[in-house]
Amino acid sequence: MEPLDNNRDLPLLRASQTTKYYGARIGCKDVSFEVYPGEVLAIVGESGSGKSTLLNCLSTRLAPTTGTVEYRGRDGVMRNLYEMSEAERRTLMRTDWGYVHQHPSDGLRMSVSAGANVGERLMAVGNRHYANIRSTATDWLERVEIDCDRIDDQPRAFSGGMRQRLQIARNLVTAPRLVFMDEPTGGLDVSVQARLLDLLRSLVADLGLAVIIVTHDLAVARLLSHRTLVMRHGNVIEHGLTDQVLDDPQQSYTQLLVSSILQP
Amino acid sequence: MSTSPKNTQSFNEHYNFAYLDEQTKRMIRRAILKGIAIPGYQVPFASREMPMPYGWGTGGVQLTAAVIGDKDILKVIDQGSDDTTNAVALRDFFKQTTGVSTTTSTKEATLIQTRHRIPEAPLNGDQVLIYQVPIPEPLRFLEPRETETRKMHALEEYGLMHVKLYEDIAHFGHISTTYAYPVMVNSRYVMDPSPIPKFDNPKMHQMPALQLFGAGREKRIYAIPPYTDVVSLDFEDHPFTPQEFSEPCALCAAENVYLDEVILDDKGSRMFVCSDSDYCEGRRAQGHKGHMAADPVHSNELSEA
Ligand SMILES: Nc1ncnc2c1ncn2[C@@H]1O[C@H](COP(=O)(O)OP(=O)(O)OP(=O)(O)O)[C@@H](O)[C@H]1O
Ligand SMILES: [Mg+2]
Ligand SMILES: [Zn+2]
Repeated sequence: MEPLDNNRDLPLLRASQTTKYYGARIGCKDVSFEVYPGEVLAIVGESGSGKSTLLNCLSTRLAPTTGTVEYRGRDGVMRNLYEMSEAERRTLMRTDWGYVHQHPSDGLRMSVSAGANVGERLMAVGNRHYANIRSTATDWLERVEIDCDRIDDQPRAFSGGMRQRLQIARNLVTAPRLVFMDEPTGGLDVSVQARLLDLLRSLVADLGLAVIIVTHDLAVARLLSHRTLVMRHGNVIEHGLTDQVLDDPQQSYTQLLVSSILQP
Repeated sequence: MSTSPKNTQSFNEHYNFAYLDEQTKRMIRRAILKGIAIPGYQVPFASREMPMPYGWGTGGVQLTAAVIGDKDILKVIDQGSDDTTNAVALRDFFKQTTGVSTTTSTKEATLIQTRHRIPEAPLNGDQVLIYQVPIPEPLRFLEPRETETRKMHALEEYGLMHVKLYEDIAHFGHISTTYAYPVMVNSRYVMDPSPIPKFDNPKMHQMPALQLFGAGREKRIYAIPPYTDVVSLDFEDHPFTPQEFSEPCALCAAENVYLDEVILDDKGSRMFVCSDSDYCEGRRAQGHKGHMAADPVHSNELSEA
């Protein structure tokens, strides 16, 4: 715990001029920012503005054309993610990081039980005690409000909201420090969305997680995030504390975005 | 026990020795050497069409063809038996194309091609055991993408194998996998031992004989060099256990061998006998008698069936 505390004042992730071109088309351009431990950053913007592209560049799923992305490991050392070996990156992804997909089926193994979905990361890092894995999985199902007697059911038999909660449990079981989310509430009914957001908010606060969440729903940004980054045509056009950005937008585009979507 | 006489005249004119041309054999031998150098690693090879369907073990046949020499003595077994159509046909194929001696005796053989079993008699350092493999990729069950499984092997990401065993325990209360039970070879590669019963898994560990595995349709060769660690995957609180049989072989009274259930009549009478028929015959020749072998009435029934 010592090194962690020492690092709390230092950024966990840093993007510097991160740029991704798809051929001649801009995905995202010259994006620079830092995320600190325990901080929730929302990336908002209209469809096609480059939110997913940026998230993928940050999470090593898509190499940027230019610019760097650095991450501070548990040893306190800041490293360029794209200079790490693939083995190191993949280890990071299944231990220190989480990635919550919009569609749960992209992030879950649909043909194995809920318990195995949650337990997979534990087994991946070398846990070989069945009863321990199962009891940890049981705890996590409880935390995401899935009935423990569903532990041996496949996610196919789950509702959309349950699947999404299972995906979250599967990611959090290794106590990651940073979780990426791309429209995690996107495909859900409004009432199911609200419940999931509540759950996310309390989990993030309890665990002191850093989160980078992509959403086109400003209400999600408002509810979950400390800071917000507004994207348009691949560029970050506004960046600040969420309340400021949403209550007192400086850019006319953001004003438009806020007025058109955020009806109180 | 039958050792056929050499007939060097008849095959030479029609086939290259062991059917495959020399260049193909060299290519396969290179793949074998690579497999031996990296125990448990699946080496891709340019699998050839053989004059038999894939289900007949063309991977094993190509391995045998690549390593067999005219002084070898070949044994071919199918589920422990030398006498199934498959075993007889493959043995004849090599007799015809090489003229080598064949045998049913595990001890006499220098080369043993097998489907689904490891002989009960311990093998020695002068022998090579060649397995026919239908599906070489142990991770395929949960990860169908070949690019991904290759990466998982390269990076030693084997958590998924335990996910499968976890599912077994969650649904059946114990690890229910009984065939093709995954193993860790030389503390590095997870390997599918082909559909042998898990009973045979411990025999692979530190075996003095070279073990070669060939998958024809899937174009993969892998190997376990002599005296290599082979460990069956498990959980600390659900350790690997081979099958156990509550009774000895009904014909030769052998214990701690793999038994097949034989149905004797339509009233449900049954007996358990050695799956390894050469082993069973050997013991009976030495005078061991099981409880059914001693009963002339039953042996009559058997021979009539
Ligand atoms: N694989 C790709 N090949 C070419 N262009 C792409 C590719 N992926 C995205 N783009 C383009 O890059 C730009 C940014 O797309 P991106 O998917 O990052 O936007 P987004 O903000 O996530 O949109 P949405 O809200 O619809 O998910 C768009 O112009 C898009 O058409
Ligand atoms: Mg997107
Ligand atoms: Zn017997």
